[in-house]
Amino acid sequence: MPAALAVSGLVKRYGAVDALVGVDLEVRESELVGLLGPNGAGKSTLVKIACGLVRPTSGRAEVCGARAGAREARAAMGYLAELFRFPGWMTADELLELHQRLAGSRGGERERIELLELVGLEEARKRAVEAMSKGMQQRLGIAQALVGSPRLLLLDEPTSALDPVGRRTVRKLLEELQRRGVSVLLNSHLLSEIELVCDRVVILLGGRVVSAGTPAELSRPRGVEIETSQGKRTYPQAGREDVPKLIADLVRDGQDVYGARVLTSTLEEVYVEAVGGETS
Amino acid sequence: MTAVLTIAGYGLREALRRKVFVVVCVLTAAFLALYWLGARYAFHHVEGVVPPAGVDARTFAGAFLFGMAMFATLFLGVVLAIFLTLGTVRGDAERNLLQPLVVRPIGRATLLVARFLGAAAVCVPYVLILYFAGMLLTGLEGSWWPDRIVTPGLELAAGVLVVAALSLLGSVFLSSIANGIAVFMVFGAGLVAGLLGNIGHVLNSSGLIHAAKIAAWAIPFEALYQDALRAITEKTSGLTGFLLRLGPFGGAEQGGIGLRLWVVAYLVIVGAIAIAGFARRDL
Ligand SMILES: Nc1ncnc2c1ncn2[C@@H]1O[C@H](COP(=O)(O)OP(=O)(O)O)[C@@H](O)[C@H]1O
Ligand SMILES: [Mg+2]
Repeated sequence: MPAALAVSGLVKRYGAVDALVGVDLEVRESELVGLLGPNGAGKSTLVKIACGLVRPTSGRAEVCGARAGAREARAAMGYLAELFRFPGWMTADELLELHQRLAGSRGGERERIELLELVGLEEARKRAVEAMSKGMQQRLGIAQALVGSPRLLLLDEPTSALDPVGRRTVRKLLEELQRRGVSVLLNSHLLSEIELVCDRVVILLGGRVVSAGTPAELSRPRGVEIETSQGKRTYPQAGREDVPKLIADLVRDGQDVYGARVLTSTLEEVYVEAVGGETS
Repeated sequence: MTAVLTIAGYGLREALRRKVFVVVCVLTAAFLALYWLGARYAFHHVEGVVPPAGVDARTFAGAFLFGMAMFATLFLGVVLAIFLTLGTVRGDAERNLLQPLVVRPIGRATLLVARFLGAAAVCVPYVLILYFAGMLLTGLEGSWWPDRIVTPGLELAAGVLVVAALSLLGSVFLSSIANGIAVFMVFGAGLVAGLLGNIGHVLNSSGLIHAAKIAAWAIPFEALYQDALRAITEKTSGLTGFLLRLGPFGGAEQGGIGLRLWVVAYLVIVGAIAIAGFARRDL
């Protein structure tokens, strides 16, 4: 089975601006990949190329085996833009119905109700978009992206307007999608979020991938910290496998050992290291 | 097909919410009321006028007034067509409304065609209703009826479709306001070219006539309008017909089958350029 999203050597220039300078990235079947990076790194550009809104300058992008932007590619994906607007006069239900028709979904009312429940908007079914808070609109946007049960979901900063409860709803939703085998590419700068749900993380900086791997791979060991009667001591070169020997040595020297901890860097540390402290 | 209907309906509901139809209805009602008053007074006066020999005052007044009504019909139809289409691509993309629709499988070409058909479904009936309303008022007030009843109305409707197509094409490259201004300027330029052509006929200036002819075919709503004006006094001969053809609401240009074929080809060409431009556009 082809990858849900396969990107290689992707380059995008907007006039004199290099938005992407050769990106390789893959989102495999039922994988949830987090795309991280400071503002202007090229995250939105990458997602827009994947859904056919923007044409790449060079390189290849395929969705479920079809060239990005082709009809079959668009039929296989759902997309929520970073900046989006739905007509204010439409109700949640009407919006989903519009997208069902455009996506050729036969889910009918059942699908619409299920999607609204999934994003916690079942009460707002008949409410007009203009009467919704930004956070509600964002959740409606996620429901809209899920119309027609796409195999690949492209979410560009889907939680930027959500409060902690809304974020939790989205996190639960992503976990549910993972169970259903949907592949997701999630743009975000909320590291904790990505760390909690993503199978893999890709960090983008200046239009190129500077770091990629599972959260565990990226969280490199930073030594071992051992607490004895003389206080805490760090062994920066040591790893998990060295702990028994370190403790044995200390005990042999007559020290009392109160605790030992294998140190790993958090995703935040990895991120800050990767982007060199750069912010927008 | 469902997708075409869906997008066309979507475009019209959006227009409804933006009060486009309210504005057009108010303008239309105002125009019809004024026109009815004007026709009533004009025909009343004609009773007492002694025209020069060879001129039939009633025919002259009827054709002149109805020519004016046709101009208003074209103008209001053009306003409606432009409002319905001016922001279709860039305008809606800048408001972030377009992207969620474009990423769906329907595709960009279908989206443009659907928006054109949606505008056509409103503009054509509108123009025909207004055209026949004007005709009815003229006929009832002055007992004057045009020489051709249906064709001129269809030509006006086709002229409005040409403007709708140009406005859609413009929307691919220009933001809403710039596009609206540009299309109105093209419309105005076409009308001026038509008037220059009329003057050219009076002065018998082949250069002016030639220039106006080129302009009328380059933006063929003008050639259609001219042909429609010509058709309403097609059988009016003598000095009356001559004078009418000179006036601002006289059609000097003859269209014929060549014009109709050209209009169809023109719509296809404009559509193809718009679709090609849209396909290349980053959103
Ligand atoms: N339509 C555009 N025209 C010109 N430059 C653009 C356009 N879209 C994005 N850019 C530029 O491309 C770079 C990447 O932008 P973007 O993909 O939006 O980054 P991110 O989503 O990571 O913040 C930025 O420098 C941005 O200014
Ligand atoms: Mg972005």
